[in-house]
Amino acid sequence: MDILSLFIIIPLLTITGIILVKDIRNVKKVAAIGMGIQLILAAVLIFLYVAERKGGNISEMLFIKDIVWFKSLNIHYAVGVDGISVAMIALTSIVVFAGIFASWEVELLTKEFFISLILLATGVFGFFISIDLFTLFLFYELAVIPMYLLIGIWGSGPKEYSAMKLTLMLMGASALLLVGILGIYMHSAPSGNQLTFNILEIKQYVIPITAQRTFFPFTFVGFGVLGALFPFHTWSPDGHSSAPTAVSMLHAGVLMKLGGYGAFRVAIYLMPEAAKELSWIFLILTSISVVYGAFGAIAQKDLKYINAYSSVSHCGLVLFAILMMNKTAMNGAVIQMISHGLMTALFFALIGMIYGRTHTRLINEMGGLMKVIPFLSVCYVIAGLASLGLPGLSGFVAEMTIFVGAFQHPDLFHRVVTIVAITSIVITAVYILRVIAILLLGPVTNPKYENFRDARWYEKTSVIALILPVAAIGMAPFWLSSTISSSMQPIIDKIMAINLF
Amino acid sequence: MNLQDFLLMRQELLLTLAAIIVLAAEIFWNPAKKKSVIFFAIIIFSLVTAAGMIPSEDGYLFGGMYISTGLMRLMKNILDIGVLIILVQSYTWLMKPENEERISEYFILIFTTLVGMDFMISSGHFLMFYLGLELATIPVAALAAFERYKNKSAEAGIKLILISSLSSGVLLFGISMIYGTSGLLYFYDLSKVFAGGSLQILGFIFFFAGMAFKISIVPFHLWTADVYEGAPVNITSFLSVISKGAALFIFIIVLYTVFPVIIESWQKTILVTSILTMTIGNLFAIRQQNIKRFLAFSSISQAGYILLGIIGANQAGMTSVVYYMIVYIFSNLGAFGVITAISNATGKENIDDYNGLYQTNPKLSLTMTLALFSLAGIPPVAGFFGKFFLFAAAAEKGFYFLVLIAVLNTIISLYYYLLVVKAMFINKNENPVMKFKSDIPTRFGLMICVLGIFLTGFASIIYEYIKNLSFGI
Repeated sequence: MDILSLFIIIPLLTITGIILVKDIRNVKKVAAIGMGIQLILAAVLIFLYVAERKGGNISEMLFIKDIVWFKSLNIHYAVGVDGISVAMIALTSIVVFAGIFASWEVELLTKEFFISLILLATGVFGFFISIDLFTLFLFYELAVIPMYLLIGIWGSGPKEYSAMKLTLMLMGASALLLVGILGIYMHSAPSGNQLTFNILEIKQYVIPITAQRTFFPFTFVGFGVLGALFPFHTWSPDGHSSAPTAVSMLHAGVLMKLGGYGAFRVAIYLMPEAAKELSWIFLILTSISVVYGAFGAIAQKDLKYINAYSSVSHCGLVLFAILMMNKTAMNGAVIQMISHGLMTALFFALIGMIYGRTHTRLINEMGGLMKVIPFLSVCYVIAGLASLGLPGLSGFVAEMTIFVGAFQHPDLFHRVVTIVAITSIVITAVYILRVIAILLLGPVTNPKYENFRDARWYEKTSVIALILPVAAIGMAPFWLSSTISSSMQPIIDKIMAINLF
Repeated sequence: MNLQDFLLMRQELLLTLAAIIVLAAEIFWNPAKKKSVIFFAIIIFSLVTAAGMIPSEDGYLFGGMYISTGLMRLMKNILDIGVLIILVQSYTWLMKPENEERISEYFILIFTTLVGMDFMISSGHFLMFYLGLELATIPVAALAAFERYKNKSAEAGIKLILISSLSSGVLLFGISMIYGTSGLLYFYDLSKVFAGGSLQILGFIFFFAGMAFKISIVPFHLWTADVYEGAPVNITSFLSVISKGAALFIFIIVLYTVFPVIIESWQKTILVTSILTMTIGNLFAIRQQNIKRFLAFSSISQAGYILLGIIGANQAGMTSVVYYMIVYIFSNLGAFGVITAISNATGKENIDDYNGLYQTNPKLSLTMTLALFSLAGIPPVAGFFGKFFLFAAAAEKGFYFLVLIAVLNTIISLYYYLLVVKAMFINKNENPVMKFKSDIPTRFGLMICVLGIFLTGFASIIYEYIKNLSFGI
């Protein structure tokens, strides 16, 4: 058994365990144990990966396992990881683990809830370890579909509308993606040779530029929708605000990263020529995402909506950085994915916990929470500061790297979009600090609040599991960025190769 | 007729024998124990199905009027398995007192249509094809009117027979034109002399229209919803899966063997009809209240997707069509199995009646969800693989635009499939379908479907097996 397949098998075993458990109260324990094992496994994977690299293994993907599946179409079950996927897997394990604890109080249909949640996680893990486009696409859809039931059954507010909107928009994206993937497949080898879905094989061949021009937009937009590319971001605010806590965490924290990850791993890596030609359109769209998301967040009164719009802004920054197509910016994009994944999950977890106490998410109706629930409030401040890019936390490292990379382009167009995107930092500070001021500081507005209990043990577990890596990345970013940047090299080489002719 | 000939035709001959045995049972069986005929007939039919699986050599009979190849035997086996599931699912319905009198009638009619379909698939001559087609159609009309004391069922029967005769007439007219221009009716001979003159193309158009009625391709689909709604649920599932499947199988064979010369003409025809079929089927499905009408329109759109596998005229295309039919049989029969169970227990057939079903009947709801997800093409169930291969086959020949339309259509279809899922899981209901326990045959039938929905996708061996038998132009 190879280590990577375990990342799919363990969640499936956990699901089986949950189905078999008789006592409904033990369901969450089984889920927590399963995802705890997954977290340990992710740590083991990091060690193995670093050891392998230290040992001088310089192949692009490690721990490759390749099993022929549909022979005549050359579809394989092929898995492998580089530094970027290892980082994403670690992020996913942390967020899922925290998500399980954040949904400790789910009462309605507990079994079904955890099954759907872990099924979603299975899809995400499978996506990050796949190096075969077919399995990658399969896992992508697997990650999207449980969302419908998760939001529709356990959500709040206009949940049926939001669930349907989110599912249809994301599946619509996957429809575009399917066309893109089929297009890549049909042009994946010189005519007469065996076509392939394997990313590592396709990248050795230059897809004809005409085919690239047709299929790059399909692939990029397909992934971009999940990464909240303007104007296809509208599922995000509705979806996130209606979803139950753990689902918002997983969705904003991990699932939106599928978009960014896929955009560079598939769209840009395999079709760099078209990416170079067409990047200006998408750069304009992403810089709109970045600024529009930030402004959107200012206008909102609902905590979850604020955070959802802020996710649009931050995930827009990921796509923006990827489209800069140089090493520094793309490194920044990956760090931003991880940093945003952690802190947005933290945000949604805290919002869920605050909502569980106050039963409202409107910031105007709350105040002075710092006095009654200090632990949660301090954590909220930390998340906020990470989000607005305070040095010492992960957000700073990510945004700094991105903008330094973006400024390496000397031409006017890139300068202008970069400056436009940079303004989002200021706007972010506005909405974050405003929320902190109204929500946490000042006198306690509602006498009922005096009776609040601060975080329970499972809430603390969840929150601390997320804060530790945020601070760790902020203090010592070189661990992460050296892993990422060595893995980024083959991608950069491929992009740079096209400048030669 | 020697043993070799018998082995070649064994599926048809054994089925005929089975029909005669059930007929004899009807006459000689103890009238007080009529109900046990059901088990008897199902066992006989499973033996026939098993006998069909025995590998045998390719060959032809009657100077090439009857052909038997590995692919044809596979197609017949697929239909046999589908019918077997339907027979198992009909158990509860046949046990009802009002149907008790006509149990053997049901089996005889089903066996007879299946003989017709087998002959149709194996035909190497247009007359043989036509004979098989008629034999496959007329008993189905009788089946649709099976609950003749119900007005709707009788109406469905008469609609089906009228439309079938019309479409057969159109088809025959097309065949006569082809005969008039070439003087030939053998598929093999025709493929050599077929030149693609304008009268021959006209003949093809009529032939296509006739087949389009049977497969219910837009704009020849108008009978579908009414007949599906009126007929008893088991017959509806038979119509939507077996009849359609058999017609599609022979359609693709004839298209690839007789008409390769005019490939450009029929590719255009199929391109347009495929887009229409998917889109109109999907758009009409959204508005349906009755679950049978709903699945009728969904099955129309499914036929549109299947045309994507035909249009490429490549080996991958034929493989994906046959493969998708297997997937489709399991998925659609899974959905119809649940509808049958609920209809038998409560008589309810509206989507609104499914509100809150998960609270009372979780297993049925999950089966239904799986079946619908498979129809919508959601991983990890088989429908995802089936659709992917269909689209890949069309993309291989450069029909990217058609693929784009098709994938956008899958999103529309996902919307209405999710509406049913939403009804079962999310919607509240004061008065949900009560909790009931279905009998063993129903559960067994559903279990086969669920297994099929899961395994067909992952088992690449099935795909490779079909691939080895398929051919392209």
